[in-house]
Amino acid sequence: MKKTYADLHLRPNLKDPEQVARMIRKASELGYRLIAISLPSNFPEEKIQQLRNICNEAKVDFASRVDLRPQTSKGLINSLRKLRRRFEIISVMCESKRVARQAAKDRRVDLLNFPSTSFRRRFFDKAEAELASKSLASFEIDMKPLLILEGPTRIRLLSSLRREVAIAQAFHIPIAISSGATSELLMRKPRELAALTSLFDLDKTSAVEAVSRNPVAITKRNREKLGSNFVAPGIRIIRKGKDC
Amino acid sequence: MGAVWNAVLKLYGEYGASRSGLTLINYDAEKGVAIIRTFHTTVETIQAALASITKIRDKPAAIHVLTISGTIRTLRKKMKQ
Repeated sequence: MKKTYADLHLRPNLKDPEQVARMIRKASELGYRLIAISLPSNFPEEKIQQLRNICNEAKVDFASRVDLRPQTSKGLINSLRKLRRRFEIISVMCESKRVARQAAKDRRVDLLNFPSTSFRRRFFDKAEAELASKSLASFEIDMKPLLILEGPTRIRLLSSLRREVAIAQAFHIPIAISSGATSELLMRKPRELAALTSLFDLDKTSAVEAVSRNPVAITKRNREKLGSNFVAPGIRIIRKGKDC
Repeated sequence: MGAVWNAVLKLYGEYGASRSGLTLINYDAEKGVAIIRTFHTTVETIQAALASITKIRDKPAAIHVLTISGTIRTLRKKMKQ
């Protein structure tokens, strides 16, 4: 069966509709069938619909995504309460240990992301992984920093990623590879992203899953939950009316 | 090809580059398409190096792999399709 490739982290300049459309078309050309664009939390519903229409024209499935950067764990909980039903994908940029721990154990968080150049603030350790393994969060790796960084900073990032990927695999936490691209030139084909992961020792099968099965599963799960027929995990309404 | 060599050297060093068997077979400047040969054991290595290229002669650029094949004849056939 043909794989559905997904890039869950496109970051175009939303004030430039031309660039947004170009990046969506490029994603389609590169072979992606599902993309998510990072949107501000107050992004109007009509504009989300416009993005969906552009994606439909380009024959790409669109998922709405919000990136949370809370300062405290309480802030994270409040944001999740407000936004969980508005967006299909919620990612948390963990900039403090408390936020990282809360994000890892909260089942409303889909993706855990960490600052790429502040190495002391990459809190993806065994404790974090253990919490995440009991919830639904996946570990997201953006490839943009790997492309733009050079020298010792890239070496340190690769070293951190190697350690974190090993931890994620040991605790069976799904890994999602995204481009994190802010322009078309930073977008890569899914297989190219998978090849880049060999730099931090992710095996080929897991790498391909990280650009296909894992991100698609996150989106599918959330769409089911956001659907009107969802009751609880494993329970959904299949029929309504007097004959039930 | 300089950009490709630089990317390979940056990521894998001279030792890694020497194990890749990297050679430029053909470059069509009009279409912007090149055929590069490498050992089958280092295909992924070269693919990663190509994907890591963001600039060519200080100008923003990206290189994408169109197709991979075991022989040049099959490669040309695939590219015609």
